[in-house]
Amino acid sequence: MTDITQSTSPRTSLINDPKVRGIAYQVILVVVLALLVYEATTNAIENLRRARIASGFDFLSTTAGFDVNQTLIPFSSSGGSTYGEAFIVGLLNTLLVAAIGIVLATILGFIVGVARLSSNWMVAKLAKVYVEAIRNIPLLLQLFIWYNAVLKALPNPRQSYEIAGGFFLNNRGLFAPEPVLAPGAGIVIGATVLGIVGAFAFRFWARRRQERTGQQAPVGAVALALIVGLPLLAFLITGRPISLEYPELRGFNFTGGVQVIPEFVALLIGLTTYTAAFIAEIVRAGILAVSRGQTEAAHALGLREGQTLKLVIIPQAMRVIVPPLTSQYLNLTKNSSLAVAIGYPDLAQVFMGTVLNQTGQAVEVIAITMAVYLAISLFTSLVMNIYNRRAAIVER
Amino acid sequence: MAITTEPVAYVRTAPIAEQPPPMMARGWLAWMRENLFSSVGNTILTLIALYIIYLVVPPAIRFFFIDAVWTGSNREACLAANVGREVGACWAYVNAKLSYFVYGSYPWDDRWRVDIVFALGAFGIAWLLWLDAPKRGLGALYFFVIFPIAAFILLRGWPAIGLQRVDTSLWGGILVTLIVSIVGIVVSLPLGVLLALGRRSRLPLIRLACIIFIEVVRGVPLITVLFMANTMLPLFLPGNMSPDRLLRPLVGVALFASAYMAEVVRGGLQAIPKGQYEGAMSLGLGYWRMMRLIILPQALRIVIPGIVNTFIGLFKDTTLVSIVGIFDLIKTVEVTLVDPTWATPVTRLTGYAFAGVFYFICCYGMSRYSLAVERRLAAGQKR
Repeated sequence: MTDITQSTSPRTSLINDPKVRGIAYQVILVVVLALLVYEATTNAIENLRRARIASGFDFLSTTAGFDVNQTLIPFSSSGGSTYGEAFIVGLLNTLLVAAIGIVLATILGFIVGVARLSSNWMVAKLAKVYVEAIRNIPLLLQLFIWYNAVLKALPNPRQSYEIAGGFFLNNRGLFAPEPVLAPGAGIVIGATVLGIVGAFAFRFWARRRQERTGQQAPVGAVALALIVGLPLLAFLITGRPISLEYPELRGFNFTGGVQVIPEFVALLIGLTTYTAAFIAEIVRAGILAVSRGQTEAAHALGLREGQTLKLVIIPQAMRVIVPPLTSQYLNLTKNSSLAVAIGYPDLAQVFMGTVLNQTGQAVEVIAITMAVYLAISLFTSLVMNIYNRRAAIVER
Repeated sequence: MAITTEPVAYVRTAPIAEQPPPMMARGWLAWMRENLFSSVGNTILTLIALYIIYLVVPPAIRFFFIDAVWTGSNREACLAANVGREVGACWAYVNAKLSYFVYGSYPWDDRWRVDIVFALGAFGIAWLLWLDAPKRGLGALYFFVIFPIAAFILLRGWPAIGLQRVDTSLWGGILVTLIVSIVGIVVSLPLGVLLALGRRSRLPLIRLACIIFIEVVRGVPLITVLFMANTMLPLFLPGNMSPDRLLRPLVGVALFASAYMAEVVRGGLQAIPKGQYEGAMSLGLGYWRMMRLIILPQALRIVIPGIVNTFIGLFKDTTLVSIVGIFDLIKTVEVTLVDPTWATPVTRLTGYAFAGVFYFICCYGMSRYSLAVERRLAAGQKR
């Protein structure tokens, strides 16, 4: 057998041999890429030398000469903070807006997605109008509208809108009460954590028992008691160690409380409403993908409406929903870089904007920024692949 | 016995007049009862929806139509103090700035050239999008080769044939928005096809190079790619070469769109049954002829909706070039907002509304088109 194949190969000329051709193509590609990289590097070195721009990553430990208006870690130009710390500040701000945005967009997206399938004509149409309007207008324009036309047009602190419970909204941002921790607050926080862990443990135990004996336990009520009741009890026993400090109008601005800068509010609203429109479509498609027979079969088994939804529909819909949902989460994280347009100090604005302008080290700064976003993306898709493998239909 | 001639039973000789259907079973009242007020929960939902509509729609109509100012030559026309009532949108401002929004600072005397480019482009797009158009292959050649060259000559100018040079820094507005998106599609479609083929190639190095490019570009935000194109492109080229300010983001957008297009095309390639490949090979076709004649025509046809959706995304993403200083529609709107001639409290919202309506019409139209194509392709599959 092998003899036949070998004896036929010499007849074709070398140039027509697919193996030789394949190797030739690859060699050409590698040579071209190598030439491009070599040319680009030598040019870059030459250009940088002429512009007297340093290279390397030493600038990360150089003192940064600017301030940032929202920092999660201490950062000040006078305190000798470095460019490296500016990078951390920007990264944390990106992660903060992305994390809160993902939670809010998921909630809003699920509500709108379910509303689109509502039997109520008006609710369904309203949801449809929302989705179409939001999806077909660029996010950047929406951010400009939220920031420049809505938040910047709010009255000054003296005439700020008071939202219930000590929240104030004005053109300097959102002012909220700040919790003040007195001694003993640690116990309350500990009780909260304990309550949450306890609730999960109880759910796990209840499920195991149900699988074994068929007996059901009131998981919802117990979880509520553990998560709300336990911290409340601790709060009252330790003598109310946590109090709220309300923002107060002093002169022209508020003092006390937490100030959320308008850039953050605008970016969060913009990202949330925009991504929610896409999530709504994913949720709708996911629910539609579960065939009606599943619902009918569940009813025939005697499951109630809520159980049908929880045990039959949602697990199957999630299999369809989760993969595109993660890519929407990634999109939201990447879109948070539009912060640069409205001045929210995220990674793109602080690092790729200010630090790049001050140091001029474009290659290093952009490489680091891209690497961060790439790492977030790759990590998410890794987690996604693991989930997909677990959730995929097991074919027999 | 007298026989009575009177009828034993009542028989009607003429049909009775038609009656309306029962109120509660048909008609709008029944429809409302069924769809809006079928239960207590449903009624509450309807009321909430009505309240939201009440909150949004009447003020919007008041602002954009009833209270709007339609004519005027400067800001005086749109100030509440001068009009004597509450002022809504200042459409007079859009009217005055419309030519700037469309052409940017393109010289007045040469704007006919832009109009010709718009017409040529519209012709090419219509040719490609109309699925039953004659000679669509020629249409593709026109749109992807002839049109870009003609548009470049017309817009940039060519003194040898009497067209004055126009610097790209003067281009702006919708013109630039369309240029960025059309360059994006014209470059990204062929490049995307090549990348998709490369990603499915059996040559490991080619596959690896394509995967790395696609995944890296898809993993980073467009804005970082634009910054890279803006700051690093001049660095990578020899010192005496400085690429045009408009060209840099064009390169960034085109590369970015290619990666997304590659994934769409790959989906189409994967959907082609193996028998098609085997059939082509058994006919003795080589790789390129197999792709060109058998696989790609089928694969590209089924991903038309995906391509259009990618293009919608690309069209919306072109707004980002304004961040790196290119005068697209958003940037021209922003620039007119600082013009003191039209500085009023309502100008900003009017400008944004104009841009929003423009983008909405374009994107919504394209998504309707993609839906229609999808339905048509599905009809072909059903048979």
